[in-house]
Amino acid sequence: MIHVTTTINGDETEFVCDPRETLLDVLRDRLSLTGAKEGCGTGDCGACSVTVDGTVVCSCLVLGAEAEGKEIGTVEGIATGEDLHPIQQKFLDHAALQCGICTPGILVATKALLEKHPDPTETQVRYWLAGNLCRCTGYDKIIRAVMDAAKDMRSAA
Amino acid sequence: MAFDEAKKDFNLIGTRPARPDGIDKVTGRAQFGADKAAPGQLHAAILRSPHAHARIKSIDTSAAEKAKGVKGIVTRADFATGLKGEMWNKLENVMAGEKALYDGHAIAAVAATSALAAKDALKLIKVDFEVLDHVTNVDESMKDGAPVIREGAAGPSTPEGMHPNVVGFYSSGHGDVDAGFADADLVIEDTFTTEATHQGYIEPHACLAQMGKDGKGEVWCCTQGHFNVAKVCGHLLGTEASQIRVTASEIGGGFGGKTEVFIEPVALALAKKTNRPVKLVMSRSEVFRASGPTASASMDIKIGMKKDGTMTAGRGVFRLQGGAFPGAPGTFTAMCAFAPYALENVSQEAYDVMTNRPKQAAYRAPGSPMAAFAVESVVDELCNQLGLDPIEVRLKNASREGSKASFGINWPRIGLVECLEAAKAHPHYSTAIPENGGRGVSCGFWFNHGGETAVSLALAEDGTVSLSVGTPDIGGSRASMCMMAAEELGIKYDDIRTTIADTATLGYNEISHGSRVTYASGLATIEAARDTIKKLCKRAAAKWGIDEDAVYWEDGFAKPSGPNAGEFEPMSLAKIASKMGATGGPIVGHYEATPEGAGVSFAVHIVDAEVDKETGSTSVGRYTVIQDAGKAIHPSYVEGQFQGGAAQGIGWALNEEYIYGEDGRLQNAGFLDYRIPVASDLPMIDTVIVEVPNPGHPYGVRGVGETSICPPLAAIANAVSNAAGVRMKSLPMSPPRILKALDEA
Amino acid sequence: MSQKHKIEVALWGGLKPFADGNDKVEVEAATTGQMLAAVIKKHPALEDHIEAGVSVAVNGRVIASSLTEPIPEGAEVVIIPQLKGG
Repeated sequence: MIHVTTTINGDETEFVCDPRETLLDVLRDRLSLTGAKEGCGTGDCGACSVTVDGTVVCSCLVLGAEAEGKEIGTVEGIATGEDLHPIQQKFLDHAALQCGICTPGILVATKALLEKHPDPTETQVRYWLAGNLCRCTGYDKIIRAVMDAAKDMRSAA
Repeated sequence: MAFDEAKKDFNLIGTRPARPDGIDKVTGRAQFGADKAAPGQLHAAILRSPHAHARIKSIDTSAAEKAKGVKGIVTRADFATGLKGEMWNKLENVMAGEKALYDGHAIAAVAATSALAAKDALKLIKVDFEVLDHVTNVDESMKDGAPVIREGAAGPSTPEGMHPNVVGFYSSGHGDVDAGFADADLVIEDTFTTEATHQGYIEPHACLAQMGKDGKGEVWCCTQGHFNVAKVCGHLLGTEASQIRVTASEIGGGFGGKTEVFIEPVALALAKKTNRPVKLVMSRSEVFRASGPTASASMDIKIGMKKDGTMTAGRGVFRLQGGAFPGAPGTFTAMCAFAPYALENVSQEAYDVMTNRPKQAAYRAPGSPMAAFAVESVVDELCNQLGLDPIEVRLKNASREGSKASFGINWPRIGLVECLEAAKAHPHYSTAIPENGGRGVSCGFWFNHGGETAVSLALAEDGTVSLSVGTPDIGGSRASMCMMAAEELGIKYDDIRTTIADTATLGYNEISHGSRVTYASGLATIEAARDTIKKLCKRAAAKWGIDEDAVYWEDGFAKPSGPNAGEFEPMSLAKIASKMGATGGPIVGHYEATPEGAGVSFAVHIVDAEVDKETGSTSVGRYTVIQDAGKAIHPSYVEGQFQGGAAQGIGWALNEEYIYGEDGRLQNAGFLDYRIPVASDLPMIDTVIVEVPNPGHPYGVRGVGETSICPPLAAIANAVSNAAGVRMKSLPMSPPRILKALDEA
Repeated sequence: MSQKHKIEVALWGGLKPFADGNDKVEVEAATTGQMLAAVIKKHPALEDHIEAGVSVAVNGRVIASSLTEPIPEGAEVVIIPQLKGG
């Protein structure tokens, strides 16, 4: 077993894990942070997206041990207290989710997109989110929610 | 039941409030199948057959039993014996008996202290297989000499003298098709094929189960039908359905694939054996290999048309493989094939064929999309060769109220003509077709369903409402239920909380399938609210000392009517509820029925596609969905169903397919090689909601979830064929297939 | 319960061989359940098919499973394969 010290959503966190365990396994099974989902376990669906030092990664492709000394961001850290982040609110306003299993990963990826590119084109949004599979919506309402959130966040900035 | 006067003046219906489960789902709090843990739980893993067809001579679990962390192992010997018919088939699929029938078929399962320990232990189980010849293609499986999957599986309708792999047959029609063809100016006859696809829900099957020696069990799982899970688990474990309480988790997509039961009985058997809670989660590769993909199809279509576009006759023969068990939806394929057309002469027949593949499950309007692909391709080709407008031809021949359907009934009120007129009027249809592009149009049809339904609606003392329904919410239905209850009761949307009740709390509810939830649970919710209103009026009448018939309900208040009008101050729901304990006890409205008024639904899709003739790749440029919803309760989620069905259809048409090797093994059991559409593959998807009310629902609702996947295969095939200048007869239209078709043209 | 009356029931083509070559059966009934029982009585070879599950269309309205739906006089009645969905 390996002992790891890391920061998750701003909180210093310690855990032990098997060297074979992924960061996703650790988040879900050891830390009860079940917001990140396992859709494939092979980095193809993006449902497990988290940020590691600000970069979006599939946490199923990162080992738990690799979190040592890193800053991890998950869907649970997007809202501030009871205040939803604008992208969370826009997903509700636009009915941009049906089943909601892909939503955590898409929100994590979208937040990172808008931090880097506050004024993305539709094409940029579609390519940025191309690693996050959604089977319910056909993406239409997701793309609209992201574009609308970006617009609001720009005018608030 | 007929509702002669559909309600028309609405306060809430047709608006777009935020869904009640929304905040949980955008913050990561919502609990899906794999998100729950129990103290002391074990983790399970399933050993699966690497062979498409093999006799299981022996299973030796002794080494695995001694492995570190292993607490229990189950095989077929740990399940009920003596089952017959459907339940035997289900058990045989959940855990192999004498033979492994497909690549991925479950052989044994291990419960251990960690998921890694369980997976490690699988490698220690020794299975002695006698590998048998296999068959995975539908046409091959019907031929003399094809390996026999199982003797004696044929249903009563199967004609004599067919291969034992042919297990079902359906035929219907009317008129004289040969005379009809003789009457035509042009007859086109062709053969079409579609490959098996997977529903592709992002959440793998997952459950957490516990069960004691007394046969009492608890299951938490992602399913479209938890009452059905209880029923099936009861049979497969040799106990009673009511002893197994099943709670439906949030469900991460189903589309028909989570109507089946795969892992819950295994987790229960392990829980019983180990006396510990057991968590079992499928991997993505297990989902592809061993859940329920669609049937694949091989279809012969012949249609005759006059120069003016009148269709004179249609004939279809449909062969569907549904894996190693009976149940391929060939009957529905045949019934849906010519449903959009009022044909004087029509005949259709269908064969249900077994192969060495996983048992097919429903996928959104099971059987209909492939039928539309075949028939609508021929209609398009007839229009092309006769120089006719594809929407005008469809309008000319369209099924409408009173016309005779291809499968024998006379149509009630239907909305196909309205959809076609809306398509013709849509700006998409009048814009120029892009250079190098093609436009495709198709109709689609699905029956929709009612099904057993029970709903309970309880008032709280503060005037708010708990609504319990038994149909898992697969696409936002709790929002629709809150809206319908609030509309009837005249209270705020936010004052209602809708819960998916567990199997011990509510009467039996059929699975969330057949586009039935907003129709049937919606109808039951409205009726439960009306039952509640009667009880509220009775309390007000008692308080006022007048006859209860002299009280009516309006906008959330009980009001005196007739000679008493204005005599008493109207009483709000909250006011009556606040005193309910002292005025007769709790107020609960309920409704239980099998509503039999599900309205059928038609759709028309228009798509523009461009084909790169160098690479064979297709891009979808513009897409418009027009569909009859009867009445849209929450238009955003109706649009969402339209868009989602179209996107899945685009995947089925262009990319997705089960690829089996010569060895009978699935070669692409992952999202990298089974590629579903990603955001950058798709355009925005325009929607038009047509509302031709269904007389079988108090607000006119028709199911909308399934019809949206019926037209896209054909619409895209027509667009691609018109762009490429060659008729595409096999799906998916992946680049190699398009290049081959261009080469052969 | 209303009085039984004459009903002409249409079968799908595949059932003809099990109804002595007929695609229509005349029975007396007032509900879907009575009608199906009467059809089986007249053509016992249809029992397996009907027991395996059928739906009934009454004047174009599909009754998926209910045996208690009334059948009005003069109604168009068609037996079709049992409907369900995904």
